[in-house]
Formats: sequence, structure tokens, C-alpha cells
Amino acid sequence: MNSLALIPAFPLISAVLLMASTGRLPRQLAALLGVGSIGLSAFCVASVAQQFLADGQVREITLWTWMAVDNFTPGIAFYVDGLTIVMMSVITGIGFLIHLYSVEFMETDESFCRYFAYMNLFVAAMLLLVMADNLLLLYLGWEGVGVCSYLLVGFWYRDPDNGKAARKAFVVTRVGDTAMALGLLLLFTELGTLDIQPLMAAANAKWQVGDSLPVLATALLLGGALGKSAQLPLHTWLPDAMAGPTPVSALIHAATMVTAGVYLIARTHELFLLAPPTMTAIAWIGLATLLLAAFTALAQNDIKRILAYSTISQIGYMFLALGVGAFSAGIFHLMTHAFFKALLFLAAGAVIHCLHHEHNIFRMGGLRNRLPVVFASFLIGSAALAALPFTSGFYSKDSILLAAWSLPEIEPTLWAGGLLGALLTAIYSFRLVFIVFFGEATTEPDKQAGWKMAIPLIILCVLAAMGGWISQPLSNVFPATEGHAGVAHTVEYIGIAIPLIGLVIAYLLYLGRQVSISTITESPAGKALQKFWFSGARIDDLYHNVLVRPFTGFARLCRNEPVDLLYNSVVKLIQMCHRVLASLQTGELRWYATSMVFGLVLLIAIMLRNAS
Amino acid sequence: MGGLQVPMEHVQVLAALLFSCGLLGLMLRRNIIFMLMSLEVMLNSAALAFVAAGAKWGQADGQIIFLLILAVAAAEISVGLGLVLQIQRRFKTLDMDAANRLRG
Repeated sequence: MNSLALIPAFPLISAVLLMASTGRLPRQLAALLGVGSIGLSAFCVASVAQQFLADGQVREITLWTWMAVDNFTPGIAFYVDGLTIVMMSVITGIGFLIHLYSVEFMETDESFCRYFAYMNLFVAAMLLLVMADNLLLLYLGWEGVGVCSYLLVGFWYRDPDNGKAARKAFVVTRVGDTAMALGLLLLFTELGTLDIQPLMAAANAKWQVGDSLPVLATALLLGGALGKSAQLPLHTWLPDAMAGPTPVSALIHAATMVTAGVYLIARTHELFLLAPPTMTAIAWIGLATLLLAAFTALAQNDIKRILAYSTISQIGYMFLALGVGAFSAGIFHLMTHAFFKALLFLAAGAVIHCLHHEHNIFRMGGLRNRLPVVFASFLIGSAALAALPFTSGFYSKDSILLAAWSLPEIEPTLWAGGLLGALLTAIYSFRLVFIVFFGEATTEPDKQAGWKMAIPLIILCVLAAMGGWISQPLSNVFPATEGHAGVAHTVEYIGIAIPLIGLVIAYLLYLGRQVSISTITESPAGKALQKFWFSGARIDDLYHNVLVRPFTGFARLCRNEPVDLLYNSVVKLIQMCHRVLASLQTGELRWYATSMVFGLVLLIAIMLRNAS
Repeated sequence: MGGLQVPMEHVQVLAALLFSCGLLGLMLRRNIIFMLMSLEVMLNSAALAFVAAGAKWGQADGQIIFLLILAVAAAEISVGLGLVLQIQRRFKTLDMDAANRLRG
């Protein structure tokens, strides 16, 4: 049982050691600590998962009481069921591969130790988040990963742009987190506990489906989830968060942290089931986000920004799944997405690493023969992302679409929107592959990916290709969704065909050149459209004009507020007197003597005048 | 009382002249040594006035005060010369305008 506590403890201890060393550890030792701690943690997770699969028993452990205020006693306590097992496996398994990859990616960086300290701290916080037995501990992990995300986005802090991106990531997610904190307070005042399982039971006992309080509470929780998972309208931080090192993007901004919102909703799904309006909102937000992000991804030219928008879009699918009540499909997509998106990011990182930090896809090209391992990884990752048949992404996306189709209340709009998204996904992912790896070579790679990069890529390739056959131990966690037996075969065939159509379109546009892409983008309408999507549908501009500029204007106004004028004038007067008096203090002896003489003469004159 | 009788007024005028000389020297000279000398002149002019007044009214007080002034002058000059040495050592000059570090 104690191995449960060890799982987050290893990365935490390692992070503390690395931080305490203040970068003085030799690189080899730092790498050993950083990677080894995650490895040990992954080993513990594997043994816990094996026991769980054998007996199927939920494990709970309370280490100590965090604080005790009246009847509010949240503990440092862990609750491990099937959902937690899935999340822990993803975090430590993929985390381990990414840490291993980082050793090579960061090998020439001067802040090697700091990097692994932050990464380990992140893994510890993320594990805390998914293992927490109560919502307060979950919130601690939630904020912990937020801080680590901030630190790692701004890792190369000497460039002010990176600092700006880090601040944006922190502030935008804080908007959601505030809503979430309010939600927690509301839940506590209404139900008197924050322990997740008693909370669910109390909610079910006290509230009926359709009451307004659960709608409010879940809407507030949803706010937190939207911020963390980069969904509309709080998605703007994620593309900028690509300023961090690429393995960070792979671990935090693709595989784990950004899916925390999905985890939160899945973990408290009983609460959300009491609030059908929130569920509908989740589905529609997911759909809107996935379409918007997919369109935006089509117009980008930075390899990491494409992947960032693709991540937003895929998390949109997960929200769609949650919204239609297909929780296990959502978590399934979370897992497969972690596989293939981590793979894509790591492969993109390898490309960037081998091409002197080049990010623009139009300055790449023809890399197929020169970086074969990376090419194979990218191809498999893109195939899974586009949900080509028999890849991992195919199974998860298919189950989401089928769930959307079989939802009785909302007509097939959700399903059709999801299909359109799948088409776009296939187009932009193969656009990326065709432009970067095919065509004429423009840049020569100056190094090859070494074994520390290649091994994680190969393992993730296998997972991305085969991950669809992993069955998740979620049957006891979520209510059973009705089978898709009634679904017509036509629907399934359409789901299979759409990604292939997207692949063909991408081929025609970007590789075969049967249809010239430039005639589309050169036309006035095409140009305007491309510009619109390139800017991410102008949402950043909108926020800048509606929120940031009025705020800074108001702040500037307050800087010269009239009340301060009075106090400032007193200060000014005193300063002026000070200057006059100080000028008398010349420091010259003769001046003092002379002034004393004249003063004396003056005094005597006055005295004589009075005497007479 | 025999000998040369000097009128009281003459002595007082002389003392006033000497005092003014010393005062002007104190205000105008920049060399610290000359400033100290001017101080001595001023002290002695005051002493002269006391002695003259004492002689006029036949009181011993004037001469006692003279002795007191002598002691004060000796004490002052011993401290003053110590300061002169320090100033020379620190500023490599005796110009008092150079020692103005306490200006506001």
C-alpha cells in the first residue's frame, strides 16, 4: 500500500534535490536523478496497476490530515481507481519517455538542472492532481501544474517574449481557476465536504436532475476545466505556450496537464450528470473549439503552433465525448491522444533540434531520407492524429463520433461537426507531413537524433499505432453507456472514409500539386480567409482590445489619481524647502564664519536699537 | 602711577582695530594657518581691552581674565594645530575651501 505514496514522492524528492543543488550537480547525475525518479515512479505505477487489474479493488490511503478546521478536514489522501490508474500510467509512462528524450534535447543547455527540477516537480504535482482523494488536494495539484507550466514556458527567460507567453499562460488559466475555486466553495457550503466520493453521494442524495444549484456548481468547475484544457473561450494561451522547450510542450501542453480539465469532469461526472444544461454546453463548446482550432491549424506555418492548435482541437473532441456522456470514450481519446501527440511533439522537437531551431515548415522539406526515424514517427503520429483506420486515434475518435451519433436529444449536428473536424484534422496533419518531409530539401540537418531521442520515439510509435487495442479498466468508474448496436453500418463507414478523403485532399493540394494551393491562397477572398485563420480567428486581438487595453488604460489613469495630488504636493513643498536649506550648507568654513559675523552684527544692531 | 599715560580711548580703538583685522583675516584668508593666526589676534585684542579696562578702574579682574584668555588660546591652538596636521595629511593642502565635503 505504501507504494501509492511513493509514486508522487519520488519525483518530488528528486525535484527538491535538484533545486537544492542550484545547478551545481554534474549533468550525468542530474539526468540520472531526473529520469530515474520518474522511472521508479513508473515502476510503482506498474505494480499498482498490475495488482488493480488482478483484483479490481479501489485503493485508498490517508497519509495525514492536511488541516482540521471544525468539520472540514481534508487529508493528504489518495484514491486510486481505474481512472486514476489510466492517468497515472500515462503521466509516468509517457513522462519517463519524455524525460529520457529531454536528456539529449537539453544536453547543451546551461540550465540543465533547473529543467529537470521543474519537470520533476510538474510530474509530482500532476500525480497529486490525479490521485487526490478530495477536491482541495486536487486543487493543490491543479495549481502546482499551473506553476510548473509557467516556469517551463518561460524557461528561456532571457527572451522577453518567452516571459510574456509564460505570463499569458498563467493569467489566462487563472481566470478559469478562480471560477473553479468558487465552485469548490459552493460545493463545500452546500454539501459540507470536499472528499470526492462522499461529495458525489451527498450530491445525488440532495439534488435532483435539473436543479439549478448543480448547474451553477458544475458551470464553475467547467470554467476551471476550460482554462486548463485550453477550450473556448480560454484557449488563447496554449499556442503561445509553445515558447517553452519542445519536450515541455510534449509532456505538459499535449499529453498531461491540458487534459486535467477532462480528468476533472470525468472524476466528478456524477455531479455533471445532475446538470444536463452543463453537459450540453460542454458538448457544444467542445465542438466549437475543435472546429475553430482545426481551421486555425490549417493556416499556420510554425510546426509547433500547428501541433498546439491540433491539441486544442483534439481536446475539443474529448469535451464533445464528455458532453454527450461518453466518459470512457473521452478518457480513451485522452490516452491515445497522449500517445500520438507526445510522439508528434517529440518528432517535431527532433526536427527542430536537427535543423538549428528552425520552426517554419516552409523552410524545411525533403527530410524524409535524411531523418528516417523521425519521418517514420511523424508519419505514424499523423496517421493516428488523422484517425486513419487501425491506428490508435481511429478507435478513440470513432467511439466519440458514434456516441455523438447515438445521443438521442441533440440531432446529428454534433456528429456532423465532429466529422468535419476529422476531415480538417486529416488535411492539416498530412499538410504538415508533406511539406516537412517531402518536396525539395531546403535545409540540411546538421546532426542526427541519438539513441536517447530515438528510443522514446520508437516506443511511442508502437503505442500510437497499437494503443487502440489497450482496454481501459474503467467499467466500474463510469455508468455503462448503451452499446452502439443500433448504429447503422453506414455511419461507421462514413467515419472510416472521412479521414481517407482528407488524406487525398492533402495529397492533391500539397504533394501531387494537381490543384494549385497558391491559386486559392492568392485570390483576395482566400488571402483574407488565410489571414483570418492565421491570427486564430482574431480572438487574441479581440481580447487585447476588449480586456487588455481598457485595463492598462484604466491603470494608467489611476497612476495620476487626484487624491494623490494633495499628498504629492506636500511632499513637493517639503522637498523644495529642503533644497533651499541644503544650499546654505556649503561645507566651507569661511562661509560659516562670515555668516556668523553678520548674524552677530545683526543681533547687536537689534539689541542696541531696542535699548535706545 | 608713573610712566607714560595712554588714554583709555586709544587703547580701546587699538583693540577694536586689532579685532577687526583678525575678523577680516578669518573671513578672507583661505589658509588654515592664517585663519588660526587671525583667531589669536582676535583673542589678544579682547585681552588687551580687558587689561586696559582693569588698569583704568584699578581692578585685578582684567588681568585674571587675561590669564584665562591666554589659557584658552593655548588650548585652542594645540587642538587647532592637530587639525592642521590632519587636514594637510588628508587633503594635501591647507586651503580650507578644499575641505567642503559636508556641503548639503
